[in-house]
Amino acid sequence: MADTGEGKKEEADYKRLHSFPLIRHTDMPEEMRVEAMELCVTACEKYATNNESAAKMIKEMMDKKFGSSWHVVIGEGFGFEITHEVKNLLYMFFGGSLAVCVWKCS
Amino acid sequence: EQTDQVSCKHERPSRKNIPEPRNSGQPEDEDASTEMGEGLDEWAAAKTLIKPPDQLELTEAELKEEFTRILTANNPHAPQNIVRYSFKERTYKPISYVDQMAIHFSLNGNMILKDSDEGRCQNARLSTEADSKIISEEAAGEEEAEETGTAEAAEAAEAEELPPPRPKERKLANQFNFIERASKTLNNPLRDRACQSEPTPCKNFSATANQWEIYDAYVEELQKMEKSKEKEKPRAHIAKKEEKRRGRKSTSLESQSDDITKVSKAAKIMERMVNQNTFDDIAQDFKYFEDASDEYRDQQGTLLPLWKFQYDKTKRLAVTAISWNPKYKDLFAVGYGSYDFMKQSQGMLLLYTMKNPSFPEYIFSSESGIMCLDIHNDHPHLVAVGFYDGNVAIYNLKKPSSQPSHKSSAKSGKHMDPVWQVSVLFLSSNLLLFMWNLLCLQNELVHTDVIKLSVEGTTMQGPEGLQLQTFGCGTSFDFHKKIDYLFLVGTEEGKIYKCSKCYSSQFLDVFEAHHMAVDAVSWNPYHMKVFISCSSDWTVKIWDHTIKTPMFIYDLNSAVGDVAWSPYSSTVFAAVTTDGKAHVFDLSVNKYEAICTQVVVAKKKNKITHIQFNPVYPVVIIGDDRGHVTCLKLSPNLRRMPKEKKGQEVKKGPEVEIAKLDKLLNLVREPAGQAGR
Repeated sequence: MADTGEGKKEEADYKRLHSFPLIRHTDMPEEMRVEAMELCVTACEKYATNNESAAKMIKEMMDKKFGSSWHVVIGEGFGFEITHEVKNLLYMFFGGSLAVCVWKCS
Repeated sequence: EQTDQVSCKHERPSRKNIPEPRNSGQPEDEDASTEMGEGLDEWAAAKTLIKPPDQLELTEAELKEEFTRILTANNPHAPQNIVRYSFKERTYKPISYVDQMAIHFSLNGNMILKDSDEGRCQNARLSTEADSKIISEEAAGEEEAEETGTAEAAEAAEAEELPPPRPKERKLANQFNFIERASKTLNNPLRDRACQSEPTPCKNFSATANQWEIYDAYVEELQKMEKSKEKEKPRAHIAKKEEKRRGRKSTSLESQSDDITKVSKAAKIMERMVNQNTFDDIAQDFKYFEDASDEYRDQQGTLLPLWKFQYDKTKRLAVTAISWNPKYKDLFAVGYGSYDFMKQSQGMLLLYTMKNPSFPEYIFSSESGIMCLDIHNDHPHLVAVGFYDGNVAIYNLKKPSSQPSHKSSAKSGKHMDPVWQVSVLFLSSNLLLFMWNLLCLQNELVHTDVIKLSVEGTTMQGPEGLQLQTFGCGTSFDFHKKIDYLFLVGTEEGKIYKCSKCYSSQFLDVFEAHHMAVDAVSWNPYHMKVFISCSSDWTVKIWDHTIKTPMFIYDLNSAVGDVAWSPYSSTVFAAVTTDGKAHVFDLSVNKYEAICTQVVVAKKKNKITHIQFNPVYPVVIIGDDRGHVTCLKLSPNLRRMPKEKKGQEVKKGPEVEIAKLDKLLNLVREPAGQAGR
């Protein structure tokens, strides 16, 4: 029981500590990167339970701000191989368990 | 409605049966075709005739009775028996032709010729009116149709009301004047053009996201953050400590952490580059210019002014000392002070380089005027300075501070009067001759008395029966280049003492050299026995230190400020006079006169105070009492080497120079010796 308790506590700690967005890979310019990251954070927090809506929101906002043909993938586990336009890729983790990949390819 | 319509249609044919001129033109088929489906009975019913009310009632027999009537062209009412009097036959004669025409109805026509102007005019007017009428009628018709509600009725109405289609009017062309013409324009040929934009650069990226990877990434990031935090903390501590330390230092030392100091080296290089650019022509002159006119001038030479060195803060000060740096041949030190002893102010020590004539390399200011300076031979960064107030100091060029690194004070052996000449050994003016040894290793000034001549001592008889004046001032001295202990002292009353370090209380010899203060004495750099002296009594004298009378005497017509041997020849020396002239002598060329006498200052009232030969380059620097220092180039005649004789090797070196001077001196010695006898 103690173990599980500790485990829970650890998990809570982990959640608390790992709530920040962590950019894993990006080649966006500074300004764009910050904006995209903030957008991802907002979307993931708004639709905490529905990744699809979050992805849709991110895609639509990115389309509006940076031109069309954006693609967004949000999930807890996935693999991908994509072709993206240079300087238009953001791959980040968020909330300790989510991976968000945003890229542009027309 | 239905019945109404029907009745209306029943009535129509009956109306048509009445002979009406208006309706006669209309084709009857139209009505027939439209009313085919109505049945035949209606036709029968329509045959009942309507009789006018005043018709005669006739019987069948009467009706069937035939009346024959022949119609002729004769007018029944015309008279048959018209006669007319004939004046020819003088009788009434019946007229055979009687007018048979009877006019029942006449009407003037209002028709106009179509082709006439009036007709055309009317045509045009009618057509426009008709158009507008048609439109209004159509509108009315439509309205009517709506009212009746049936399409058929509307059609019928329209058919009735529409005027017959008017033949379109043709414009008449003048048949004699009309030409038809046609031309074809050339079409531009079509061209195809294509271009393709570069596709946006793309890249592939692949990764796998799963929970453990995400977790690992976060843990790694957190660890990094912690580490950086740990690093920052000690750094901050250290920084604080350092700041404290610095604070303590800065309070004592006055921190000079100007940002400019960081780029000082780059700035200095830039400054030199700019100067090199602006003074390019002078630099070229310095290096390559040789006065071509010297060849035609036989013996005379000239001085070519090069750079002028001046500094704002030394405008009011006189140049009191000049010395070349023995190691860096382009660097020289200039001491500033005042020779007007009633008006003493602060002093300056500047070090200029020929590479940067616009601004001094080093600047040191002092409270008291500088009277003399010397640069250490082995340690060219050490500059010894003698002040007017009797102190001596040593400046270290390697240290950035503007204060002297060593300075004598009252208790460490200060002189009582201006220090007249400073060397690695120093001299004061009240004939208490001190020798200042610079001991770099011990970092202090040590003075040792070489000769002590107290005021009492001056009155006593010297060992050689020498009567010393009650008060004598040393103004200059020079150590012998080879004989270590030997040195000369020039004094204010015009005597020159030959002294030795070994005997501190006696002179070796005394020369009754001048009538006024000796301004400079200098040993010849090549010949061991010869020295030169100059004085305010307008003369320059050359001596052999073993003979008490001068070898050569030159009168320069003005007080002589300084004299200097040239470094390249034993027979060349230069002297400067207070009237602004520089005199260059070469004894081997002309024993009696200067080979160059030239005014070298801008204004005549400027007095030249000092002259120095550069040890390597053929240039001299001259300082005046307005703080200016001028660099001058010696023309080829002033540094002429002995002429080459064919088949003979030209010897060079100190021996040759000594021999050259000896030869000259021998000419003088004989008569001088004879005169002595």
